Amino acid sequence: MPKSVAIIGSGQTNHTSRRADVNIPELIKEAVDRALADADLTIDDIDAVVIGNMEHFEGINLSDMWASEGSGAVMKPAMKIATGGTTGASVAACAYYHCASGLFDRVLAIGWEKLSESDTTTGIITAFDPIVERLTLAGAVGGLAIEANLYMTSYGITQEQVAKAAVMARKNAQRNPHAHLKLDLTVEQVLHSPMIAYPIHYLDMCPTSDGACAVIFASEDVARKSAHPPAWVKAAVCRHNHPYIGDVDWRKNTLESAAIEAYRLAGITNPRRELDVIELYDPASFALLSWIESLHICGPGEGGKMIDAGAITMEGDIPVNPSGGVISTNPIGATALIRVAEAALQIQGKADARQVEGVRTALATGFGGSYWSEVFILGRTP
Amino acid sequence: MSEEVIIQHTALRIPYSWAAGAHATRFYREIAEHRRIMGTRCPRCGRVLVPARKSCSRCFQDTTEWVEVGPIGVVTSFTIVHYSEPQIQPMKPPFAIALIRLDGADTALLHLLGEVELSKIRTGMRVEPVFADEPKGHILDIRYFKPVSID
Repeated sequence: MPKSVAIIGSGQTNHTSRRADVNIPELIKEAVDRALADADLTIDDIDAVVIGNMEHFEGINLSDMWASEGSGAVMKPAMKIATGGTTGASVAACAYYHCASGLFDRVLAIGWEKLSESDTTTGIITAFDPIVERLTLAGAVGGLAIEANLYMTSYGITQEQVAKAAVMARKNAQRNPHAHLKLDLTVEQVLHSPMIAYPIHYLDMCPTSDGACAVIFASEDVARKSAHPPAWVKAAVCRHNHPYIGDVDWRKNTLESAAIEAYRLAGITNPRRELDVIELYDPASFALLSWIESLHICGPGEGGKMIDAGAITMEGDIPVNPSGGVISTNPIGATALIRVAEAALQIQGKADARQVEGVRTALATGFGGSYWSEVFILGRTP
Repeated sequence: MSEEVIIQHTALRIPYSWAAGAHATRFYREIAEHRRIMGTRCPRCGRVLVPARKSCSRCFQDTTEWVEVGPIGVVTSFTIVHYSEPQIQPMKPPFAIALIRLDGADTALLHLLGEVELSKIRTGMRVEPVFADEPKGHILDIRYFKPVSID
């Protein structure tokens, strides 16, 4: 049986398009220092480090080695994780496994990326099979646009409904000091922004950001003694997928499969009612509608109605992405860890202006690669 | 059709631009403008770290003091490289690389040795830097270290 594990602190940089003032270890250390301060710990208290980014975005392998000036990994066990968009969630899962195994008491999970330092799309295609889909994928946006078109066509979801989600996310980001894009938009502005890959407009898509996030996981005994209220991990579930996008079964997706298992582990039978907030990995705005269907927040094809009714806004019954989400902030290796950190802040009551009132249960997701998914459920009790 | 299996060849060109950070920027400026090699001191362990950097990776503390080191240092270990990797090597083999602890520094700098008879290199040998005529803001602004003529 896994042991109970909780998040006892987190820290983020203020994410932006280019941090030319710092090198990579310096950027990482900003987030780590903030996480240690948040948990009232020093680096000496940390038993192990898990760090993640995508190597081709910066052209340097082994950040577990050369970024230790920022990660604090010197003379500690350290492990490097790279799983595309899910990297940050995989880092969180790995840190969770470390503590749940009983082998470690305090594990520092770090996700980071400096996307300003290279050509992100060229880097991304190195993740895809060179013999089959790499040449026809058209970069990162192509695959998402194929899915968006399938979803919107299947259920009659309109471009206006998707644009509303983009407007909502950037409005939420205005309450988050760490967010990259804090835009005051209208639906018309989204619809009139350049089409980058049908049906995804420029303002529907996530940015490329520089930033880092650090989260401290602790074993049950340590978490119970923590000075601050911890956010307990009630479920951490991962589902990988077929290698090629053409093989993906869109009716049985990894997010739904991971969510069903996570709900079982957390004892959740009615997610719409029992979840208080969701931090969804939304690489493009359509995902805010489509992927809450995968999470069984509403029925198939009802995502459009959810945004029309305001159900997923800060004022709605199930706010999605109070942080502004991925379409507001995207330092890729940190992106999914930010979802987990933001969900933990909501549980801990430390989300400041973006706090949803009375959060007892929060869900965070990661998305990456060939449509694979991670789902975390955090709560106030183990 | 031939029995041979397909082998696909490709080469990706990905441009990178790495921010050096304020400390590395000053470190290279000191070399370019003053031919001075600088380290930074950790307030916790007291070590002088070279090249200068923002924080001590052993203590996880920000460094607080800039210290000029060298320019003379001592070879703490070395090797003679005989294999050839023209894409990545700054000199034509055989050439020597060495760990050089500059006077006043607590860490060693990995660098090249030049103007030296390879068979005469010894651990403990004292060396001094030869600076590049046109510095570009990277580690080869020191071209190499050579044996000290008069110490």
